[in-house]
Amino acid sequence: MPDSVDPMKPPEPLGQLPKPVVEVPSLAQVGREPKTGVTAAVLRKIRTTYPRSSRIPDFAFGVIILLSAISVFAIVVLVVWELISQSRLSLHQFGIEFFYGHDWDPVNGNFGAMPFIYGTLVSSFLALLLAVPLAVGVAVYITEMCPQRLRAIISFLVELLAAIPSVIYGLWGIFVLAPLLREYVEPFLARTLGWTGFFSGPAYGLGMLAAGIILAIMVVPVIASITREVMTAVPQNQREAVLALGATRWEMIRMGVLRNARIGIVGGIILGLGRALGETMAVTMVIGNRPEVAKSLFAPGYTMASVIANEFTEATGDLYLSALVEIGLALFLVTLIVNALARLLVWSITGGTARVRG
Amino acid sequence: MLAAIFVLVPLLAIFVYLVIKGLGSINIAFLTNTPKPPGEVGGGMANAIVGTGLILAVASVIGLPLGIGSGIYLAEYGRNRFGDLIRFTADVLNGVPSIVIGIAAYSLVVVPQKHFSAFSGGIALGIMMIPTIARATEEMLLMVPNVVREAAYGLGIPKWRTTLSISLRTASAGVITGCMLAFARVAGETAPLLFTAFGNQFWNLKLNQPTAALSLQVFSYAISPYDDWHKQAWAGALILIVLIVGAVAAVRITTSRGMLKGGA
Repeated sequence: MPDSVDPMKPPEPLGQLPKPVVEVPSLAQVGREPKTGVTAAVLRKIRTTYPRSSRIPDFAFGVIILLSAISVFAIVVLVVWELISQSRLSLHQFGIEFFYGHDWDPVNGNFGAMPFIYGTLVSSFLALLLAVPLAVGVAVYITEMCPQRLRAIISFLVELLAAIPSVIYGLWGIFVLAPLLREYVEPFLARTLGWTGFFSGPAYGLGMLAAGIILAIMVVPVIASITREVMTAVPQNQREAVLALGATRWEMIRMGVLRNARIGIVGGIILGLGRALGETMAVTMVIGNRPEVAKSLFAPGYTMASVIANEFTEATGDLYLSALVEIGLALFLVTLIVNALARLLVWSITGGTARVRG
Repeated sequence: MLAAIFVLVPLLAIFVYLVIKGLGSINIAFLTNTPKPPGEVGGGMANAIVGTGLILAVASVIGLPLGIGSGIYLAEYGRNRFGDLIRFTADVLNGVPSIVIGIAAYSLVVVPQKHFSAFSGGIALGIMMIPTIARATEEMLLMVPNVVREAAYGLGIPKWRTTLSISLRTASAGVITGCMLAFARVAGETAPLLFTAFGNQFWNLKLNQPTAALSLQVFSYAISPYDDWHKQAWAGALILIVLIVGAVAAVRITTSRGMLKGGA
């Protein structure tokens, strides 16, 4: 404190207090204080919020941090705006018909996205069909049955599945999974289940089935980690209560845990769906890339993401490019809705505490 | 139990194949040469390895400050409506398919620049890093007890110093893990690079030129009809994984000792 202490002035606060400190203006300031205008208001705000010693750095820091937060918002807005403005041409040309047109004919400028939408939906649902029982099984095993020492290892390994780049999944799919399917699995399925019509036609190996299996492997860690999260959120009392009623361990898991966690599990599944819908590289490499709607799972297909990946750099003409961007826009909107839904469900179970990684 | 085994089989299979097929085709030439024209045996991916490094460097320059910055905002300033909005947009951004980010980077950077570039690829990957880092930073900062902050204020330390050298330092272990996760996630990304970095058969160190990347090279070699290229694809995939794991491990080791060590 300097020697000439003004008795009227309270001591300067040393750090920022929780509530803004109302400063008593010193004599020198009183006459000069600008009363109106935006600048004056901002200055007054700065002056009253921060202690004098760190006024400018604190304000600058706040602004920088705010700017980086705004940038996140700006990026999303920019992405949406770009998608819309780039696809305007195709939106005008085809309207709603774009989404159920069957023709994808760049030469004649005729674009319909139906085969891709079909491919995306079928491969994703196939993936979920395979992945959900596995993922829930893994989660049940890890949380309820696994010995303590194994638990960390298994959950680490499952998380590791999520860290493998998708292009490596694709590589493995082409050279290991597809031959395996072609030589053994598909002939076997055709013999036993061929009558259903889903498993018929020549066995290429590459095709809808391969895409579904690869996607399933990639989606399992997402679903498993969320399922584990919501299952841990089920209170221990619940388990003990069910066991006390004479339930076996399986009944306890089914009635005590899974039933309570089901909304969260559904949330996890939808989050997995979001991942499967947008997955590009691995699917592009194994699905066969033929734009047609076929009933058999052996037949090659095409997805929305892969058509963008394959044709974007080769697209000649504005309409072609614009049609591809419109597919991207549709993909964005669908994943947005799917993810938002999933997060709401997961949050409603865990009260917003779960770590959600998509 | 059975489910666990079922899930772990593909994981092991992928790694075994990677190591067996990859090790067989890695040699000095692979690590030092550029690709040969189609049909010729030999050549390597040296330019792609360097290109991946280049693109990831750009991505980190963009992704790290913005990600950590918005994480700080969410934790220290964002307990309000606007914070919720940012939190929601970060989650949205996290769920956007990578190929869509690629389209956006293409029309934002490549089209005005009129050619493909490492820079645009870096921007695409940087954007993808932001939400992961932001949410990890936020979570870790929220775990720092408020008493620590109050103690700092009590000593007269201004808010910005408190946030940067006390809260963030305390949370650094978790923040760094978050950053590494984001880094590992984008390092293997291919889709957004297809029409931003585009790939290149030759050496390139310029940011504004088309650049090769390991993931792109693996993709184009894998779908090619040449046996020799298939082998190189496996080798490239192995190197990609090793680089990712190596980078993550290196950061872990350097930060787990010395001055950056965090308390969490």
